[in-house]
Amino acid sequence: MEYEVIIGLEVHAELSTKTKIYCGCSTEFGGDPNTHCCPVCTGMPGALPVLNEKVVEYAVRAGLATGCEIARESKQDRKNYFYPDTPRAYQISQYDLPLCEHGHVDINVGEMSKTIGITRIHIEDDAGKLVHDGYTGGTLVDLNRAGVPLIEIVSEPDMRSAEEAVAYVEKLKGILEYIGVSDCKMQEGSLRADVNLSIRPVGQEKFGTRTETKNLNSFRSIARCIEFEIARQKEVLESGGVVLQETRRWDDEAGEGYAMRTKEEANDYRYFPEPDLMPIRLSEEYIQNIKDTLPELPESRRARYISEIGLPEYDAGIITSSKHLSDFFEAAVAVCGNAKSVSNWIMTDIIRIAKDKGVEYNELPFTAENLAKLIMLIDKGTISSAIAKKVFEEMVETGENPEKIVEAKGLVQISDEGAIKEVVDRIVAANPQSIADYKAGKDRALGFLVGQCMKEMKGKGNPQILNKLILEHLNK
Amino acid sequence: MKNICELTAHEIREAYESKELKVTDVVKAFYEKIKVDDEKIKGYITLCEEEAIAQAEAIQAKYDAGEKMGALAGVPIAIKDNMCTRGVKTTCASRMLENFIPPYDATVIKKLKDAGAIILGKVNMDEFAMGASTEHSAFFKTHNPVNLNKVPGGSSGGSAAVVAGDLSPISLGSDTGGSIRQPAAFCGIVGLKPTYGLVSRYGLVAFASSLDQIGPMTKDVTDAAILLNTIAGHDEMDSTSAKLDKKDYTKALVNDVKGIKIGIPKEFFGEGVNSEVKEKVLAAVKTFEELGAIVEECSLPATEYCLPAYYIIACAEASSNLGRFDGIRYGYRTKNYETMQDIFRNSRSEGFGEEVKRRIILGTYVLSSGYYDAYYKKAQKVRTIVKQNFDKVFEKYDLLLTPTAPSTAFDIDSKINNPLEMYMADLLTVPVNVSGVPAISMPCGSDSEGMPVGLQLIAKHFDEETLLRAAYTYEQNREVQ
Repeated sequence: MEYEVIIGLEVHAELSTKTKIYCGCSTEFGGDPNTHCCPVCTGMPGALPVLNEKVVEYAVRAGLATGCEIARESKQDRKNYFYPDTPRAYQISQYDLPLCEHGHVDINVGEMSKTIGITRIHIEDDAGKLVHDGYTGGTLVDLNRAGVPLIEIVSEPDMRSAEEAVAYVEKLKGILEYIGVSDCKMQEGSLRADVNLSIRPVGQEKFGTRTETKNLNSFRSIARCIEFEIARQKEVLESGGVVLQETRRWDDEAGEGYAMRTKEEANDYRYFPEPDLMPIRLSEEYIQNIKDTLPELPESRRARYISEIGLPEYDAGIITSSKHLSDFFEAAVAVCGNAKSVSNWIMTDIIRIAKDKGVEYNELPFTAENLAKLIMLIDKGTISSAIAKKVFEEMVETGENPEKIVEAKGLVQISDEGAIKEVVDRIVAANPQSIADYKAGKDRALGFLVGQCMKEMKGKGNPQILNKLILEHLNK
Repeated sequence: MKNICELTAHEIREAYESKELKVTDVVKAFYEKIKVDDEKIKGYITLCEEEAIAQAEAIQAKYDAGEKMGALAGVPIAIKDNMCTRGVKTTCASRMLENFIPPYDATVIKKLKDAGAIILGKVNMDEFAMGASTEHSAFFKTHNPVNLNKVPGGSSGGSAAVVAGDLSPISLGSDTGGSIRQPAAFCGIVGLKPTYGLVSRYGLVAFASSLDQIGPMTKDVTDAAILLNTIAGHDEMDSTSAKLDKKDYTKALVNDVKGIKIGIPKEFFGEGVNSEVKEKVLAAVKTFEELGAIVEECSLPATEYCLPAYYIIACAEASSNLGRFDGIRYGYRTKNYETMQDIFRNSRSEGFGEEVKRRIILGTYVLSSGYYDAYYKKAQKVRTIVKQNFDKVFEKYDLLLTPTAPSTAFDIDSKINNPLEMYMADLLTVPVNVSGVPAISMPCGSDSEGMPVGLQLIAKHFDEETLLRAAYTYEQNREVQ
């Protein structure tokens, strides 16, 4: 039987405010355990939360960037449950009156573009972290992350495949980076997704029973988890079983998901309005002000790269998918003026290197300015493209200025005709057979001779001049 | 001159200024009396003698140097044991927090320290402020100094008993449904519950966040005004604290109620109210009339729904507020566990007393899915109606006058096994918390057993001035009854 897959995502993004959502503690990642803490975020008796206004501003920015309606009045609610990483035994979240509702983002998968609805965006606080202590065999609690602000972005069940889900998260990540509300470092857990998935026979109107897999923190695990869950649900249905409504975990190492708890075991969170906090009231002026100061979004940059700079659509899409990459591109172009060349370096080398090193585009080992300088060295004819690749590898290793690398390693291209001619004369004289071959119509012989000359010149010969001089010899 | 321990805070303060008394002598006098009398009254859980005497010496030195001193400089005070005191145990009279030493001061404690007040110690209460008799303390029962066989009321029973028993001139209590006013009435002292939001709750271990309020418990109205001056004011650590200009409440201490309109809500004199209590309170009404106040009967029709609505809201909030006592980070942890669930379940089962568990279970129930609308939501609707009731009568009246409690102090152990009867002790005080308005309880005579009767004055939101003015006038003019 053919099945249709229905996917909705809940994406949690840590906001990049300097301080936590309800106290003045630092939100910085890392730090010795329990050093970014105070009576408020450790849930001491008597301590009270005070809402960080930046959190509201960031969430509203996210809402406006995804076309949401912004609530003029919203409130915060307590979500009650016991877990050692939740020091108050309740999370402060938003239940029935979220800050943002009814938004959407557009995604592209292959040639297709599609609109994914956003049900709501609300603010809440993150929990602490449980650390297994190998020494005692016990579990320790680190509350540095407790109280770091999050937004939860809930999508409509509009996605139909793993590709669409990944494209949606990529798009969201790009938007959040662009508007500067989250650094979206998936490997540090500052962007993570819960996948709600069900399948139904094609043509059936009623949704199938859905499962929710929690806390996926890479594009790869999102895609793999979805494929796994689709296959699992199909197998259950085809063997005559029923899919259970349950919460699941994904084990990325094992490449499989497993059930955590069923609907019957689910928590009753006993939501009720947080009495320690006042309702959030936003004026028209406040919202308009955020709207007016929203930075350029990926869609508009992409259009600009295509129409103004003349980049191919595909390249423009890739480069603008990440704010860091797009910023890198713009910074390099600002220095060297050669947008096509910068784009080529990004598409062929830089994306690969970021992936290999597992870093974000703002964490590359070299600066955009240095890439621009490298391109200028090529454009001026100081080095050849072949040498440039070597210089680039050196930049990746050391982050050094390419001009200095070229100088230190004596890689400056030799364009002096006299010097090149001397080498060419010598090589041609030593290879009479090649000349004969060429004259007999074997073009390969030219390449051989160029190669021999380059070898002699340790790759520094200007290839155009070299070619020209050899041809002169051959055509005598 | 009176014995040192019988003095009010303002009398002590004046004696420092006139050099009749030394701070160190006063503080030592209280500790000496505590050592003798608290054996019987059992008001204090923790004494801070060493720190208090060191502080007394430092403050006396400043007096001697002729420095300008704060309104409470060198004045001893007792603190209900649910307000966090840095470095001093804050137990909430619970096994759960028996050894809990807070790393920070509540805002009110900070303000008291800044004003030079000297904390004598932390006083007993019903566990987590849940109760009306201080019999629900996990440690011991406090006795009423007027008659040691009687309860002092609750939950701020320790705060009331130490002031009535001359073991501290003033104290702080907290009031969620009457916990300042009812023990003040039972012990024959003054207890003021300020408007919700006037005094910061930061550092007050929460029972019901939308109802809790800290307030003064004192021997006279003047002390209540002075203490309120010190603790009131906006606190950026408490989002529910009101942003208002600072007032000097002692300016409201004017001996004049002429033309003040006082409403007598008939629902507060109904069946459940003891006839001797009614009689004394109506005598006070007469006194007000004689002093020139305009007195009329009025009605708060939603009053009968206040008590159930109150217990639903208070328990719902408590069930969430007390979730943090899970045995993980601080407080009591069971020795009997294998799994994480065991730690939670057994720590809470063993660490909380019966009354606290009863309220957590009740609160959990009313918030559960499927029951929320029928209980919590409906209670919130009642709350809105009660507020409207109060707004309406306050269009016409400046104050309301009622009994504070339906009875006088009852015998120790007489109601401990009957929670419903115990809850009735809050009947006349909870409407005030539900609507958020301020109220004061002060003595208006005694019953045939010699137990004090309290009258309650209720004012509009943030109109503590009219409240204090009327209370002060009555205090200056009442005949010994």
